[in-house]
Amino acid sequence: MSTAHTHPAGHAADHHDAHDHHGPEKGWRRWVFATNHKDIGTLYMLFSMTMFFIGGAMAMVIRAELFKPGMQLVDPMFFNSMTTMHALIMIFGAVMPAFVGLANWMIPLQVGAPDMALPRMNNFSFWILPFAFTMLLATLFVPGGSPAGGWTMYPPLSLQNGTSFPMLIFAVHLMGASSIMGAINVVVTIMNMRAPGMSLLKMPLFVWTWLITAYLLVAVMPVLAGAVTMLLTDHYFGTSFFQAAGGGDPVMFQHIFWFFGHPEVYIMILPAFGIVSEIIPTFSRKPLFGYDAMVYATASIAFLSFIVWAHHMFTVGMPLAGQMFFMLATMLISVPTGVKVFNWTATMFKGSISFEPPMLFAISFLFLFTIGGFSGLMLAMVPADFQYHDTYFVVAHFHYVLVPGAIFSIMAAVYYWLPKWTGHMYNMKLATWHFWLSTVFVNVLFFPQHFLGLAGMPRRIPDYSTQFADWNMVSSIGGFGFGLSQLLFAYIVISTMRSGVKATDKVWDGGTPQGLEWTLSSPPPYHSFEVAPEVK
Amino acid sequence: MSKILKYVAGAIATSLPASAALAAWELNMPVGVTELSRDIHGLHMLIFWICVLIAVAVFGMMIYSLVKFRHSQGAVAANFDHSTKAEIVWTIIPIAILVGMAIPAAETLIKIEDTRDSRLSIKVTGYQWKWHYDYLDKNVNFFSTLRRDHDAARQLHSGVDPNSVPNYLLEVDHPLVVPMNTKVRILLTSSDVIHAWWVPAFGMKKDALPGFVNELWFNAEVPGTYRGQCAELCGRDHGFMPVVVEVLPQEQFDAWLKEHQQPPAAAAANTNVESAATTVAKAE
Repeated sequence: MSTAHTHPAGHAADHHDAHDHHGPEKGWRRWVFATNHKDIGTLYMLFSMTMFFIGGAMAMVIRAELFKPGMQLVDPMFFNSMTTMHALIMIFGAVMPAFVGLANWMIPLQVGAPDMALPRMNNFSFWILPFAFTMLLATLFVPGGSPAGGWTMYPPLSLQNGTSFPMLIFAVHLMGASSIMGAINVVVTIMNMRAPGMSLLKMPLFVWTWLITAYLLVAVMPVLAGAVTMLLTDHYFGTSFFQAAGGGDPVMFQHIFWFFGHPEVYIMILPAFGIVSEIIPTFSRKPLFGYDAMVYATASIAFLSFIVWAHHMFTVGMPLAGQMFFMLATMLISVPTGVKVFNWTATMFKGSISFEPPMLFAISFLFLFTIGGFSGLMLAMVPADFQYHDTYFVVAHFHYVLVPGAIFSIMAAVYYWLPKWTGHMYNMKLATWHFWLSTVFVNVLFFPQHFLGLAGMPRRIPDYSTQFADWNMVSSIGGFGFGLSQLLFAYIVISTMRSGVKATDKVWDGGTPQGLEWTLSSPPPYHSFEVAPEVK
Repeated sequence: MSKILKYVAGAIATSLPASAALAAWELNMPVGVTELSRDIHGLHMLIFWICVLIAVAVFGMMIYSLVKFRHSQGAVAANFDHSTKAEIVWTIIPIAILVGMAIPAAETLIKIEDTRDSRLSIKVTGYQWKWHYDYLDKNVNFFSTLRRDHDAARQLHSGVDPNSVPNYLLEVDHPLVVPMNTKVRILLTSSDVIHAWWVPAFGMKKDALPGFVNELWFNAEVPGTYRGQCAELCGRDHGFMPVVVEVLPQEQFDAWLKEHQQPPAAAAANTNVESAATTVAKAE
């Protein structure tokens, strides 16, 4: 692609004034008043990891109750709270903030900018999140318990929530505001702060996918805000947007929700595509195959994501023409997605592949995300969906695209860029162990859920008929194993932040990492590029 | 930690022998007893095998590359970064496959949506957490609830081993009874939140929405008892509102119907309560 040159140090020094030499503030002020993209990126990542473990703990409760038939541990209502909260926390607290954290860290480094364009808004967009999630988690202690109507908040069921209901709505509003601010920041940074010579089609794919993701966020988060506000007024102000008794329509909520919800799915996977597109060429020692096609495929997926929402609700009873349209549009998404998978494979073909931890996670992503894609294609077939819908088959499908899909890509990104961020190399052997444990257990956890769904087990049930006992037990064992393995990840990340072997500027000296981030020191200077590099 | 291990070990010890006898490590969707369910099963297998074929090609290529082009084995990287021809090919082929799949899917879908010429209509109303069945124009209607012994067994710390309860959680007090080889139309609605009525062996699942009426149909060809569950999260006891359908030969069904028919007055009273509960019903 492109080669990059920074100005010689002497030249850069002319440009400095005293202001530029200050480093981070000392103590808590550095974090609370953070305006530096790296500090905010770090906050986002650590917040995301905290939420990952809280949401994970809830998943452990779910898998423990489902370990064998019969109710052993929790009340069905609390079980419903766990599935609801697990989803909300993992989606809005773990996956999305992790991607925003990666964007904060990497976009200025990759486009050759000193910082994000809007540093104070950046601070605000992060610091909203701890309040949002404190409020959401506080619902565990209010009368009536946490939201238990599913993360999709379908009325009329969600309107039966007690004290937790307005807290949920307000928390969702805050998360949405945070996401919108984060997205605006990404768009403004990419559009205005690219190094001279970096035309759009020379941007690294992580930047590209995030640019498109940011537009999706700006487009759909307000839709979610509208939907939940209507729920709120239905509950407290006597409106009947979604109440049939007052002339409203509960299905309308589902249409609005999934108009947000389906692009949301791609918000959680497009940056993953970008990450994998960075890592595979590095460790295949070969340029990315079909860069332009990758960009266009990402844009096509983003466009199509707006016209497939009703495939989440084929069983609500739509007109035949509607079902046909959403079936065809959904199938169509597999074409650009397929192009991506083929291009990654073609990148590895005739390369020279080595298996460092980021590459291992990227390869695992490639295989397991594709499995999630296959089940997605099966779910697109409306008649077959009538059987799959709301069963564990769907649970298996979206966990395959979200766990070994989105989350593995985040882990790959951390293993790829952590030495750049901290200046320390992590323990590769431990990281490789973490990879194998995660990959084995994630399949033990989720693959049997396909079988459960096909055999007829509905999702979101706390207890099941004995015919489903065997695979549930296997799945639970996989769940416990996967959960425990992630402690290793936390240990690796935290110990690498504290100490470790010095990493070189290029970090992956054996591979062929591309991009401006590798021209900076490890860790990079506090204000990344004080003088814009030139991209040829 | 050790507590968890103890729990895990205990659970394995208690449930493995019993469950091995009962369950069969089911892997695939069973074939049902209606034409629609067989069509759907066929589509499911078709798309499954197409996915397997694609997987063999794509995963095969990935594995081949991962093994053949290892840095540790001295592989030297080539330098190509695109091939318009290849990219056109792997865009066109998937589109062709999709069209090939969409056609049979559309045919089945049209059949599914054709609810005309049914010989029996039953209105099914979801309640938290039971079903109400109303045989239209037949003066038969009743509630169908999880059977009491099952309900007792599923309570927290009930001390009842689920393996000792036949058809655990899939047994009701009054099953829906339908005649075999008859096109039965189900009209679905709900009196409170959204439920979904599902019998896997019939191949159909549809939401029961408050204020709306949804339709589905089936024509069961084999007598027997078929079990399903509510499939849309509907609150605390969502997991405990099974659907049980008994399919009888026509004569036996007629006898059953006669036996359960109420005097017209009682039936009318029941229907009134019913329509008051179901607010603004609007046929689609």
